[in-house]
Amino acid sequence: MLGALTLLLVYQLVGEVIVQFTRLPVPGPVVGLLLLFLTLCIRGALAEPLRDTANGILQHLSLLFVPAGVGVMVHFARISGEWLPIIVAVLVSTALAIAVSALVMKALMRGASEEGAESGTQGGGEGGA
Amino acid sequence: MSPRIADVWVYLSASPLLGLTLTLVAYQAAYWIYQRANFNPLLNPVLLAIAMLVTALTLTGTPYATYFDGAQFVHFLLGPATVALAVPLYLQFERLKKLALPLAISLIAGSVTAIGSAVGIAWLLGAADATMLSLAPKSVTAPIAMGIAEKLGGIPSLTAVLVIMTGVSGAMMAKFVLDALRITDHGVRGFAVGIAAHGIGTARAFQVSEQAGAFAGLGMGLNGLVTAMLMPLLLWLWRSF
Repeated sequence: MLGALTLLLVYQLVGEVIVQFTRLPVPGPVVGLLLLFLTLCIRGALAEPLRDTANGILQHLSLLFVPAGVGVMVHFARISGEWLPIIVAVLVSTALAIAVSALVMKALMRGASEEGAESGTQGGGEGGA
Repeated sequence: MSPRIADVWVYLSASPLLGLTLTLVAYQAAYWIYQRANFNPLLNPVLLAIAMLVTALTLTGTPYATYFDGAQFVHFLLGPATVALAVPLYLQFERLKKLALPLAISLIAGSVTAIGSAVGIAWLLGAADATMLSLAPKSVTAPIAMGIAEKLGGIPSLTAVLVIMTGVSGAMMAKFVLDALRITDHGVRGFAVGIAAHGIGTARAFQVSEQAGAFAGLGMGLNGLVTAMLMPLLLWLWRSF
């Protein structure tokens, strides 16, 4: 647990350092994510403590957004001035983005699944959809 | 008695302990309600916890900065949690490899839709320029979105709030949108939510299944990269009309 947590922090730190040096338009933790992913692919194995620690943190991922979310209270005035365009844009655009991503992906997978036999497990009931 | 209570309050309100404890208590209360309601997405725990905390801080007249002194310890864990997304991603790697092309194309379609429709709707409804530019990167995880908004001429701190609103609304709406479209595959569902609603959508996806969560984490990470690269191009197109 302690070792796995340290490992996550080390990857984040390396990610931050790389971003500082290269001025990539991406946050350090995202680079850390890519590096850890590459490491796991190269090693071809995942140690149990790392798996447990990662699952433990990700299970409560939504908790981690609460402190930033409470920051809404600072912006009440600005949001209430333009509440209509903001609310409509956020709601409609988010629903559209979900729908478009999912529909495009589904359409492309149907084409791709003709070559793979395993796709039967996930596309079983799709004939009538 | 009352002066002593006031003294205790003065002491506690100056210490990070209160903000941290309140965050954990509010979240667990919110999660308990969410669990009791059979994980109904409309009772999103992030939204409930934020509502409780904003109410408590407003009633006690506590400034956000004081609260954040304590809450920052929770906020800090976003970094290692992002790195930890590599683990479910690795576990889904076999499936991801097979789906590389569909993933890439739907990523770009979803990313352009998220940016274009947000800016377009805000423009139609007469939003100010700075508001539109702050809305443009709303589907991307907060640190990337704030960086983009700053470069475009938006307001980074407003973007942070819009990002949270987007994440919460995406986590709440996803089930209904995807059910209506008869999308059953957990990989597809997760990926779409990650693209549109970043980490908060990803958190919701993990509550549904590990596969949905892994694909959502991938969608979130990739959309961060794609939006950062697409945005200058889209802005140039927009300006040249």
